[in-house]
Amino acid sequence: MTITAPRLGATSLLYESSKPRNIVNRGLTAVAAMFSLIAVLPLILVLIYVLIKGGASIHPRIFFELPPPPGLSEPKGMGNAIIGTIAVTAIGALVSIPVGIGGGIYLAEMGRTTKFADAVRFGVNVLSGVPSIICGLFVYALVVNTRVIFGESFTAVAGGISLAVLMLPTIIKTTDEGMKLVPHELRLAAYGVGASRFVTITRVVLPAAIAPIATGVVLAIARAAGETAPLIFTCLFSPFWPDWERGLGLLAPVATMSVQIYNFGVMPFETQRELAWAASFVLVVLILGANLLARWLARFTAR
Amino acid sequence: MGAGSGPARFTLRQKTPSERLVDQGFVHLTRLLASMVGVVLALIFLTVLLQSLFQGNLSDIFDAEHGIWHGVHSAANEDTLGLLWGALPEFGLSFLSHTRWDPVRDIYGAFPSIYGTLLTSLMALAIAVPIGVGTAVFLTEDYLPEKIRTVIGFMVELLAAIPSVVLGLWAFFIMEPFLRQVLFLPAHHLLGWIPFFSAVPTGPNTASAVMILVVMVLPIITAISRDSLNQLPIELRQGAYAVGTTRWGTVMQILVPAAISGIVGGTMLALGRALGETMAVTMIIGNSTNFNVSWFSPGGTIASLLANQFGEAEGMQVSALYYAALVLIVMTFLVNVAAQWIVRRLSLRYE
Repeated sequence: MTITAPRLGATSLLYESSKPRNIVNRGLTAVAAMFSLIAVLPLILVLIYVLIKGGASIHPRIFFELPPPPGLSEPKGMGNAIIGTIAVTAIGALVSIPVGIGGGIYLAEMGRTTKFADAVRFGVNVLSGVPSIICGLFVYALVVNTRVIFGESFTAVAGGISLAVLMLPTIIKTTDEGMKLVPHELRLAAYGVGASRFVTITRVVLPAAIAPIATGVVLAIARAAGETAPLIFTCLFSPFWPDWERGLGLLAPVATMSVQIYNFGVMPFETQRELAWAASFVLVVLILGANLLARWLARFTAR
Repeated sequence: MGAGSGPARFTLRQKTPSERLVDQGFVHLTRLLASMVGVVLALIFLTVLLQSLFQGNLSDIFDAEHGIWHGVHSAANEDTLGLLWGALPEFGLSFLSHTRWDPVRDIYGAFPSIYGTLLTSLMALAIAVPIGVGTAVFLTEDYLPEKIRTVIGFMVELLAAIPSVVLGLWAFFIMEPFLRQVLFLPAHHLLGWIPFFSAVPTGPNTASAVMILVVMVLPIITAISRDSLNQLPIELRQGAYAVGTTRWGTVMQILVPAAISGIVGGTMLALGRALGETMAVTMIIGNSTNFNVSWFSPGGTIASLLANQFGEAEGMQVSALYYAALVLIVMTFLVNVAAQWIVRRLSLRYE
């Protein structure tokens, strides 16, 4: 068997731009660049429209007045929805942060490699994949329809619970991962000077991991603030100010900005549509701000 | 060291009983909190299952006088008070294949919604995967300076943070009218003889729901593909360049196959998200419960059916909607489990 060595021409090692593979190479580069443009384009377009259309209807009184009855143009505000979003998101955070951080502590510190911890991690992944509308139906069946909360049906509390279900997986995951990043030596040092487990975790490990945990919590809250599907059937909507008589307004149906966008956006009234864009503006600014804050927190840790 | 001094002075400090109590209590507390995940999951599944098995609300089902303890009656028996069977026993598996959703006669078949769910999600993936992976490659190669790439990556991630209801509003007023003129009408005129393009696009329709789903799943695919491409060892690239491959030869034959576990896993997660996506789809799909083969006619998904009808539903319809929700839960659960399995199974380890 003879092996013929390929004859190398003098130019074969030089770059030939007309070779098919080099043409393909350039073509694919152009395609990838175009894809990146397509990927970024929707964000830019959404931001432009929300900022222009929403920004045009932003006026100080929007924060202090109620939405108009259908067909009228006065008053023109959404103060109730802003209060509602803050209240419902706060309830969700109050329920999910302790449970999530506690569960995350268990995963990272107590049961790290146990079967139970693996099962919980699996459950966290499954729970984060549960569609948000299912969360709404679940809380509706369990809390709203059975009237377990002081005999009330649609309440801000029920909405908060459904948001808590959505926030829980994110918070557990970030707590688990954040605490795993803390060097083991810190724990050994704490045990070495005689600290108990409780003191080690709450005074040494948790403060060391607080930045990634805070990042996760901020992102979870930002996501929850924009959620609509779980709120339609739990807090419903209300065109009035919160009813302070009923548990500071928390035991009554409450308006939120996200549901306002859904309800008002498709109404045939100009004022309502303007208010939907205004609510989009406030939500988007809020969420972009939260993301920038989370990014800043993450950089804060990296230092 | 003196003979008597060591042990006596340096005796290991014993934990006080109160400290031990606090420690144990803390362990139990965190275990309890961690198990909340399982409790919530089980409750979600059981609640939806019970509601699709029986009519009425949960407190009626477990009511002492008329509840489940006293037997269940068929819907045909009008005089019986108490618990009635729900949609799951009434329609069984034919619920999945029947095309008629008729609240007036209480006949429910969810095939159009299930078909719509699968169709919109899969078509959105078919469009978003090439774009997302292409973007991920573009962001991990050194075409642009590091800073610009970081900014683009951040912008794509921001897109994931925009609430779906805002995207729905934008799709309803801006995207759909624009695409109708630029894409849907020309496609209808050119390819109208194909059943998929047969209806004249006049407003919210299935195709625009696909488009907004593309926008929503793109960040997930891009972010996860970029992360798994970034984690590949530099030696792979160096080896490929050393034998004279072009840049795209390296990408296509070395890098993407090596990162395939992350890419497929991200795609499956995106599929799970697309299946359950509610608000944007509800606002743009037109919400029809009739089966229609054309992509330019109003359609529906399970999630949009729930969002649209649940508020005004009563009796058997509520139960049928919970049955549809059960189908959706099972679908997303299977997709998510498959995603985790694929990532674990396909991931290559480099030492």
